Amino acid sequence: MATWPMISVMGGDTSHVSCTDEEALRIYQDMVVLRAFDEKTLTLQRQGRVGTFAPSLGQEAAEIASAHALEPMDWIAPSYRDHGALYVHGLPLDQVILFAMGRSGSYAAGVRALPSSIPIATHLLHAVGLAYALRQRAEPQVAMAYFGDGATSEGDFHEALNFAGVWQVPVIFFCQNNGWAISTAVSHQTHSETLAQKAVAYGIEGIRVDGNDALAVYGVVREARERATEGGGPTLIEAVTYRMGPHTTADDPTRYRPSGELEGHRAQDPLIRLGQYLAGRSILSAEDQERMAADSRDRINEAVARVEAMDPVAVEEMFRHVYQVMPNRLARELRDWGAN
Amino acid sequence: MPEKNMVEAIHDTLDLLMAQDESVVMMGEDIGVNGGVFRVTDKMLSKYGAARVIDTPLAESAIVGTALGMAVGGLRPICEIQFLGFLYPALDQLISHVSRIRDRSAGHLGAKMVVRAPYGGGIRAPEQHADSAEAYLTHIPGLKVVVPSSAADAKGILVSAVEDDDPVIILEPIRLYRMGREQVPEQLYRVPLGTARIVQEGTDISVIAYGAMVPVAQEAARNLQREQGVSVEVVDVRSLSPLDEETLVASVRKTGRAVIVHEAPLTGGFGAEIMATVSEQAFWWLKAPVQRVTGPDVPFPPYAWEDWYVPSAARVQRVVSQVMAEE
Repeated sequence: MATWPMISVMGGDTSHVSCTDEEALRIYQDMVVLRAFDEKTLTLQRQGRVGTFAPSLGQEAAEIASAHALEPMDWIAPSYRDHGALYVHGLPLDQVILFAMGRSGSYAAGVRALPSSIPIATHLLHAVGLAYALRQRAEPQVAMAYFGDGATSEGDFHEALNFAGVWQVPVIFFCQNNGWAISTAVSHQTHSETLAQKAVAYGIEGIRVDGNDALAVYGVVREARERATEGGGPTLIEAVTYRMGPHTTADDPTRYRPSGELEGHRAQDPLIRLGQYLAGRSILSAEDQERMAADSRDRINEAVARVEAMDPVAVEEMFRHVYQVMPNRLARELRDWGAN
Repeated sequence: MPEKNMVEAIHDTLDLLMAQDESVVMMGEDIGVNGGVFRVTDKMLSKYGAARVIDTPLAESAIVGTALGMAVGGLRPICEIQFLGFLYPALDQLISHVSRIRDRSAGHLGAKMVVRAPYGGGIRAPEQHADSAEAYLTHIPGLKVVVPSSAADAKGILVSAVEDDDPVIILEPIRLYRMGREQVPEQLYRVPLGTARIVQEGTDISVIAYGAMVPVAQEAARNLQREQGVSVEVVDVRSLSPLDEETLVASVRKTGRAVIVHEAPLTGGFGAEIMATVSEQAFWWLKAPVQRVTGPDVPFPPYAWEDWYVPSAARVQRVVSQVMAEE
């Protein structure tokens, strides 16, 4: 049986596409933004200023470096935890906050990203269809779906990999194995030793990467992207990471997380690891880190202020975009709504 | 003008749509080499190639889910679900994504896609090949649900559906596929979605039906006219969602009586929605309670029971006579 080595660039593996120092710095900067954003949003949630929210604490390398490996005209199909990737791909932070405030918003015109999928694994099929359209229209781009370990149990995951394999379309399945699907450990999700090996059954590439190693994530996504655009077909990437926070703000991980597990992962904090790596190459100083953190907090606070200054939602907005042209019956419902 | 059955009308319309717009693609199980189990896509593969006439793996959720991605990516997919009773794995895609993507993207993205599904009983098909699942679908905001009852309408509805900016599911009555021929104009024309059709005018009672129940209602109307002198107005709902309230309500206000006919089970069926609409908007015009003629609240049976299950002209006549007897 094939083995599934964990690719780790910071650990010394030099056989993968490398990331320039400039790109690595940009990745680090965006990881700082994401960490600051999650910390701010968690505070806002406790103050009742935003609703239930799924933070990315601990998954910043997987989120940010993967999106940096894409090109602007690539499509992404995110799940609800992927605001970091959406941000890198062009979604303004304002939109992310609006989404967390219960207003539609995980979409921006001109950004090639689907609205975040809430049901699990359903959006992998959309990425496959997008990839089919890209190839059919001779656009040299890829589509990438973001999902977690729990999604690999859903039928749509298997249907998506199967269709992608049969069609050989330019799609990347980017799975962040963060160890937990709410309270269910990945060992209860599958009897497979790895998630990457599930690719074998569908005749597509399977890659296992240290998801807390930003440079390794960047490298393997770049490689999958090149393979896809050159007609080499789809890739399943299992990025092994760890969810250091709760599933969402409504979740209490102390109910199920073994004591000591979180502490054991703190040394693998992707932000610390990349910071140390860049400092070791003398391209990131302590002052740089402080400045980046302060800038991030300022930008996020400005976005929050802009969003909180917006007008409250209007009832018409609930009706407006259900159809391109509002049917008579719905128009009557809207009129009646206003009259009641 | 050529005479065609419904299968030929749909086939020829798909051919025209494929020829005029390269972004139109067709996908489904056995639609390519085999031309579809009902031969609706016969010879399309050799004419348009495997990239546009896609024989998919056997997975309905993936057919509808990947079609949504294709639609967002700029294609216009037309999915064939082999039988409506096999659509259920794809309901999650229809409910959670296809019907919502316009709303969830604040109008920026749309699911410009069509799902075609043969449906209904009457051809002695195996179990679970004859379901009428329309009520599950009409409860999905954002999805349009249409049902042709003639070859000419099948063409006009298909053209409108493929050109529509929103997702449309077309339920094609299996029983009418090859039931007869009628004149179908050669050029492209449209039946606007959201419009009902008065099949025949009448003054005493409105019989409201769709799909394969329209010819049943017509047969009942002929017999009632001949045997009892009852003048029946036959209304083909044709577009279940959006619903043409105006035409339905105007007919019932005119006749003062209504009977609704569908194959699907009674409870929670689409007939209840029509009754509610009539009750809200035509109550003071009614001379008798509105009645329904439907399948009973049992699963669609193996075909030995089919003729009892599916409403017949005789059942419709019986219920119309009862309603006419009310004061």
